[in-house]
Amino acid sequence: MFKFFLVKLAQLVPTFIGVTIVAFAFIRLLPGDPILLMAGERGISAERYAELKAQMGFDRSLVAQYFDFLKGLLHGDLGNSLVTHSPVMDEFMSRFPATLELSLFALAFAVIIGLPAGVLAAVKRGKTLDHTVMGVSLTGYSMPIFWWGLLLIMLFSSTLGWTPVSGRISFLYFIDSVTGFMTIDSLIAGDWGAFLSALHHLVLPAIVLGTIPLAVIARQTRSSMLEVLGEDYVRTARAKGLSNFRVIMVHTLRNALISVVTVIGLQVGLLLAGAILTETIFSWPGIGKWMIDAISRRDYPSVQGGLVLIAFIVMIVNLLVDIAYGVINPRIRH
Amino acid sequence: MALLDIEGLSVRFQTSSGLFAAVEGVNINVDRGEVWSIVGESGSGKSVSMLATMGLLPWTAQVTADKMAFDGQDLQQLSSRQRRRIVGGEMSMIFQEPMSSLNPCFTVGTQIDEMIKQHLGGSRKERHERALDLLAQVGIPDPARRIKAYPHQLSGGMSQRVMIAMAISCNPRLLIADEPTTALDVTIQAQILELLLRLQEDTGMALILITHDMGVVAETAKHVVVQYAGRQVEKQDVKSLFANPRHPYTEALLSALPERAGDQDRLPTIPGVVPGQHDRPTGCLFNPRCRYATEHCREVEPVAAPDDPARTLCHYPLEDGISPSPAAAGVARDNPQSSPHREVRP
Ligand SMILES: Nc1ncnc2c1ncn2[C@@H]1O[C@H](COP(=O)(O)OP(=O)(O)OP(=O)(O)O)[C@@H](O)[C@H]1O
Ligand code: SF4
Ligand SMILES: [Mg+2]
Repeated sequence: MFKFFLVKLAQLVPTFIGVTIVAFAFIRLLPGDPILLMAGERGISAERYAELKAQMGFDRSLVAQYFDFLKGLLHGDLGNSLVTHSPVMDEFMSRFPATLELSLFALAFAVIIGLPAGVLAAVKRGKTLDHTVMGVSLTGYSMPIFWWGLLLIMLFSSTLGWTPVSGRISFLYFIDSVTGFMTIDSLIAGDWGAFLSALHHLVLPAIVLGTIPLAVIARQTRSSMLEVLGEDYVRTARAKGLSNFRVIMVHTLRNALISVVTVIGLQVGLLLAGAILTETIFSWPGIGKWMIDAISRRDYPSVQGGLVLIAFIVMIVNLLVDIAYGVINPRIRH
Repeated sequence: MALLDIEGLSVRFQTSSGLFAAVEGVNINVDRGEVWSIVGESGSGKSVSMLATMGLLPWTAQVTADKMAFDGQDLQQLSSRQRRRIVGGEMSMIFQEPMSSLNPCFTVGTQIDEMIKQHLGGSRKERHERALDLLAQVGIPDPARRIKAYPHQLSGGMSQRVMIAMAISCNPRLLIADEPTTALDVTIQAQILELLLRLQEDTGMALILITHDMGVVAETAKHVVVQYAGRQVEKQDVKSLFANPRHPYTEALLSALPERAGDQDRLPTIPGVVPGQHDRPTGCLFNPRCRYATEHCREVEPVAAPDDPARTLCHYPLEDGISPSPAAAGVARDNPQSSPHREVRP
């Protein structure tokens, strides 16, 4: 198992190097540059431009800049933001918990609803319930996030007034940040009202962000359940006189989960990508919103650092998924 | 009262091209401690009829029977909960593909334990002891180690032994073995058959052995059901079946036995294959392959004569190896080698 882990880890190194190159190149390929953007409409003299460029290190060759970036990275230093001048790492870390909290709730929403829905659809294959689940999930899957988010805001926030439109918590509460998770911090502070307010703010964005993963998980669960239901060992389980519930929840679901877990792992990357849009719609103060701002200001260090960190997180999650896969699938473990 | 009493069992599958009668009119009545065999080529509905008895067919199957009773209990009337008490407990089954019949996610021990827990109960320790005993009983070396193994760590023969251990774990009164050796190496096949017969003798359970090998039938069974294309074509005790096959299909299966082919250079085979859903002939289903077939056979479906204990499904049942069919004379003239065999094997 440990060896399995090391091999997986080693496989990540080339991927990670690729990611640094893409992150470095991406922002520089966009037209416009940070100095001109900062100067704004008034423009800037050629001397001042050259001076600033040298100050920021952009006068050096791209290769040299890339290796500077890589060298910093190895020391855990992603440079400073061109806009705020504070370290990119700090900026990222202060916002990441908000994104993580949103993503975890979205994923939980997707799994808690998607998994049972997929199981039910498979068990009731061909019946109305199956068609309903598959129809709804196809709709969910094809829903553009932006449009879906606005639709929900219009319905639940504007028309019904049930949920807040934006932010993480009401202005009435001020909670010390311990974990960075508003829900947990409010509980630590023992402030029940703040906790409810945080949940209240989370509901809509989590639903919006979780919709596509929910659809994917439901469909994957259904199809792998159907596949496993046809296996000989499920017939054996029936031949043992076990209850239907046990045959399905233990013998079938257990095997079907092997492929579902992989798909859930793949959702994490999509989730972080979706978070960028969702955070923009709901003014959620996470890394998604921060990245959008950084891109529009051509804040090179923030964008390349942010991208590398996000990629790093996705890779770690995939590694954890591989390990989980080994744990639930004895054929890999042994 | 027979232990398993089945009359007129039929199974129809819903398929994209309509209903398909995979099994029709199968009768079997197994008494306590008897060894039965169901024999027939691939596709003759052997598995389907026994899966129907166990209640293990997929939802596309419609099962009907004039009578379907286990130990006097009408299986068709039982609630699914009551039926599950019989299935696995009093009546259990092992399958053709031992490797895929065990759940890859659980250890051998867990899978046996689950069965014992379901039907016999007992403390965890008692169940564990019993599982170890069972593994030893089916000839698995080092049970204490094997009990922790996952199915992918076992060979086919070992997997089948585990399946057998599981199937007998709750002292069933009937064990159905569906071609238990087909997927195994030839050397292992004999061992597994021997094991099944030994367990049958030791425990006194009844055994239904599904096979397509008449040689296996001769060595094991007391009673034989011959199936062809879903129909039961003949049912006899093994001695009379080998001495006096009544159905031309049985006769053909017997002449394909190496011992019976005499000193011919090549084993006689039955030309053609069992018809499937889409190529079933009219009249007698065996007529395209039957050497006694007449025009009458091609048009009219035969029924068993009411006074025929073998319930032979044929217009011209063989009498002492001789077919009264008008087509028989021609056969004997053309092919002197295929004269009826009278030697008794078992
Ligand atoms: N689920 C199903 N749906 C439709 N047809 C089926 C189904 N299961 C079996 N059949 C058909 O029923 C017929 C009998 O199949 P069965 O498996 O009982 O044959 P068998 O005698 O056991 O053959 P083998 O020696 O190959 O195991 C075959 O034509 C098969 O295609
Ligand atoms: S009914 Fe005719 S075709 Fe069918 S088995 Fe008998 S003799 Fe052969
Ligand atoms: Mg079969």
